[in-house]
Amino acid sequence: MRVLTSMVRQPAALFGLVVVALVVILALAAPLIAPYSPDEQMFDGLTLEGAPLPPSAQFLLGTDTLGRDLLSRLLYGARTSLVIGLVANGVAVSIGLMIGILSGYMRGLVGNALMRFTDLMMAFPALLLAIVLAALLRPSLWIVAMVIALVNWVQVARIVYTETRGLVERDFILAERSLGAGHGRILFHHILPHLIPTAIVWGTLGIATTVLLEATLSFLGIGVQPPTPSWGNIIFESQSYFQAAPWLVFIPGAVILLTALSFNLVGDALRDILDPTQRGRG
Amino acid sequence: MAFLLLRRLVQTALILLGVAAITFLLLYALPADPARMIAGRSATALTVANIRRELGLDQPLLVQFWTYLQGLVQGDLGRSYAQKTDVGTLIAARLPATLILMAAGIFVEVVLGVALGVTAAIRRGGFVDRLVMMASFVGVSAPQFVAALLLLYVFAVTLAWFPMSGFGSFSHVVLPALTLGILGAGWYARMVRSAMIDVLNQDYVRTARAKGLSSFRIIVRHALPNALLPIIAMIGIDIGQFMSGVVVVEAVYGWPGIGQLAWQAIQQVDIPIIMGVTLVSALAIVLGNLVADLVAPLIDPRIRAR
Amino acid sequence: MFKSWLRTSTVAAAFLLAPLPVFAQDAPKQGGDIVITYKDDIATLDPAIGYDWVNWSMIKSLFSRLMDYKPGTTELVPSLAETFEVAPDGLTYTFKLRKGVKFTNGREIVASDVKYSIERAVDPKTQGPGAGFFGAIKGFDDLSGGKATTLEGIETPDDATVVFHLSRPDATFLHVLAVNFASVVPKEAVEAAAGDFGKKPVGSGTFVLKDWTVGQSLTFERNPDYFVKDMPHIDKFTVEVGQEPLVALLRLQKGEVDIAGDGIPPAKFLEIKNSPEGAEIIVDGQQLHTGYITLNTKVKPFDDVKVRQAVNMAINKERITRILNGRATPANQPLPPLMPGYDKAFTGYAYDVEKAKALLAEAGHADGFETVLYSTNTDPQPRIAQAIQQDLAAIGIKAEVRALAQANVIAAGGTEGEAPMIWSGGMAWIADFPDPSNFYGPILGCSGAVQGGWNWSWYCNEALDKRAVAADSMSDPAKAAERQAAWGKIFTDIMADAPWVPVTNERRVVAKSPRMGGDGDIYVDPTRVINYDAIFVKE
Repeated sequence: MRVLTSMVRQPAALFGLVVVALVVILALAAPLIAPYSPDEQMFDGLTLEGAPLPPSAQFLLGTDTLGRDLLSRLLYGARTSLVIGLVANGVAVSIGLMIGILSGYMRGLVGNALMRFTDLMMAFPALLLAIVLAALLRPSLWIVAMVIALVNWVQVARIVYTETRGLVERDFILAERSLGAGHGRILFHHILPHLIPTAIVWGTLGIATTVLLEATLSFLGIGVQPPTPSWGNIIFESQSYFQAAPWLVFIPGAVILLTALSFNLVGDALRDILDPTQRGRG
Repeated sequence: MAFLLLRRLVQTALILLGVAAITFLLLYALPADPARMIAGRSATALTVANIRRELGLDQPLLVQFWTYLQGLVQGDLGRSYAQKTDVGTLIAARLPATLILMAAGIFVEVVLGVALGVTAAIRRGGFVDRLVMMASFVGVSAPQFVAALLLLYVFAVTLAWFPMSGFGSFSHVVLPALTLGILGAGWYARMVRSAMIDVLNQDYVRTARAKGLSSFRIIVRHALPNALLPIIAMIGIDIGQFMSGVVVVEAVYGWPGIGQLAWQAIQQVDIPIIMGVTLVSALAIVLGNLVADLVAPLIDPRIRAR
Repeated sequence: MFKSWLRTSTVAAAFLLAPLPVFAQDAPKQGGDIVITYKDDIATLDPAIGYDWVNWSMIKSLFSRLMDYKPGTTELVPSLAETFEVAPDGLTYTFKLRKGVKFTNGREIVASDVKYSIERAVDPKTQGPGAGFFGAIKGFDDLSGGKATTLEGIETPDDATVVFHLSRPDATFLHVLAVNFASVVPKEAVEAAAGDFGKKPVGSGTFVLKDWTVGQSLTFERNPDYFVKDMPHIDKFTVEVGQEPLVALLRLQKGEVDIAGDGIPPAKFLEIKNSPEGAEIIVDGQQLHTGYITLNTKVKPFDDVKVRQAVNMAINKERITRILNGRATPANQPLPPLMPGYDKAFTGYAYDVEKAKALLAEAGHADGFETVLYSTNTDPQPRIAQAIQQDLAAIGIKAEVRALAQANVIAAGGTEGEAPMIWSGGMAWIADFPDPSNFYGPILGCSGAVQGGWNWSWYCNEALDKRAVAADSMSDPAKAAERQAAWGKIFTDIMADAPWVPVTNERRVVAKSPRMGGDGDIYVDPTRVINYDAIFVKE
């Protein structure tokens, strides 16, 4: 509650919070408010020459190149993009948290091996890795989410590692240990709680990155499979129309921008509130 | 120092070996057959088998990897399946373009980021500060390809200030560098701002100010140097990001860099090229981090002392 | 008693220089530098290796072959050969070379160069994709099996004569000698290039490669010594690579580019077509292309011919051509209309949803079924796959679309029992040569229905295979019409089994600047895409 009230006091954070809430509500309510089925290729959705229709009273945001209603696709696409954002990022943060804590807490072989593995993954050109993985695993919604998670956990692990190392040296942990506390107790009662703010911040900021990465993968043709709409593949299918039918590229583009921006604003505000020492660092 | 350097170099070699092994394994597992891609539709089964044998693809995974490593230690990245040319030559021909784009992009990021960050720090808490911080988030939240298309449309197609595509002159690099730079400047702006604010609150700066030193001198002498270290660290990270992240920008602007090379190779399952680009990128990422780590002590005496 | 065909070089030259088809009002003019763009890098210019639609036409112009085609048509003419004879049993071909033709390194071409070049294309060490084309030449199995280093079936009694002995009659053999893999190359240049001949090509064609900046551009200049006078017309062409089709087109509209090699992206097509200069910019020509859906006869329920026929009736091809902005026409048989043997009278399966549903019910699938439709992942293919998906849904078939990289689709298609349906779009194959047999063996015959093959329907009809062999044995030129008819019947008979849904015959759309002259057929040449030899600049 404290978090929420302090967020509401900052205009930028409030803006982000409102947009995020709106996107979530619209995504949940998509079946109720979408004017058409997102997959229906309507005969009157194209001109006789096969061109998409611009925004009109019938199709509020126009139609796409197959004669489908863009508004309906964007609404359903929000579900896809949010699910990927939440799942991919949730998994990435969990993996990062786990590996970061273990490698920070456990000295010796295991800790070292884990950290070297993290270094190794950091050296991978992320986008290339994502492309190869996507080609390998045949993209579906869940696979795309997993690919993104596999690429994104590394940064989290790095940060968690550093923080854990800092915590391990702190007096109260040393004291606990000298009192004979088990590893499990130290990890779950003392270290993990201190890392929760970091996890929450990254969980939020990472959603923006994830939504953008999903869009990039779609742009390269290896995102979520059609006809399931995602914001990324809506643009992918119409990228060459940016001049002939700008609404097909720039409306979804603006939606992605606004959503990513809002998650970034909320994440940033969360960081300021939960972890004042990290203020302002990108 | 020398020992440290040696240790880092050994680590780098090991990391590259790991990257090579993982990439090789992933590519080996790809559900696609390079021999089949070269052979095309009209090839007979015998032709395909011949091609597979000549490429050594009929060998077990470990033998293939060992052969590849043997070449690698001698600096041989192998031969492209589709182009029948040394991968090293192909990458060398395209690497300069990527490096130029990367350098130009980082330059825009740093200049823009520092300017915005300093402005925001000086006007801390004010309207300008909030505006800059908001703008920096807008930049980092924009989908790269939409931004690239927008810049292309406005400045190359409509206004015709810059060429639409290609490589070779200064005007060619402007739009792709701006695309990368504008989108990334936000991180730098935020960082510079917070580093500056830290310094501006320090006692010695207050003293300097009380002594009547101009704010310009305070910023240049005291505040900016404090931001240098994180900027260099950031550049190190950016090198890594850009090495593979410029695929999209290169594609939109027809920039002849290794991103396009990699993308085409992935479409054709040209494994030696994919391996080569991955390794070169990984090397750049590792070196980027290494350089950042090595330069850091030269700037901040506190780190040198450690 | 030899039935012989004789053609003099003057006749051949007359063919090449004959006034281009009626549409071309301007006479070809000599001179001019032009710029052409492509998205992808040029992979290689080695004629024994290059096998994609971009380098295909460049290799055609860099090298010459014994046989070639009259520009813009599918008509075979002797090229490096002056005359040739075919023995009545169809097993011996004798070629007399044109005299005094030189490679661009200055050396005169002799018969042993022809022998060397074809052996090189077959030699497994070359890793060439086209070896199989020469399968009819005696000694092929020994060379490709590594048991010999030469082809015993090619003899060179003197410097001007090449004799081919075949192990079986092959009616397409003259076409085979016109494919790029039969291009004549100088041994010394191949060896000097030390494995890099693809980047340092030396031939005897209309153009010479002057410069290659990897990843950026290639410059070709006319070969002043080319053996046909006033060929080619332009002095120079520069190929710029790495250019997005859309950007290339914008540059073309500004006058920076003369030919946008990748064609017009769908998004710009209507805009340009409906613009005042549209007619001058768009070249829209037929190509030897059929877009089809393969129905895997080894995967349930497509093993039932009724299901395959039902799917054939369910696809709304008119709507798909509309999505393609009218750049295609609905197809009803495997052969494209331009291919000899195409049956104009054949109507195929008409679009009829009710009948399709009835057939499905008859086959025991009244409630439909679930299946998977593969497609490549480059625009517009995933969109067409979605249109097909919607058509299938209308008769109760729930198809999941899998849009993957081309290599993955090819791999899935060639794996038994893997891909129930594949939309072929994007794996844009130009026929290697304009002969109906080229549309059978690998993609519909038993020999292609193997692991790693291209017969993605896994359709194997022994009776048809026998008829195909019989048709290809009719190598007597006098029986050409009979052979064509036999082939035509094979393809329409295939449709009774419905292993494919022939969907569209896509036309190729190329954009050229208004200053480029010549009939559309040389920009969309059925045998070489862009015919660099025949195009010219008007002013």
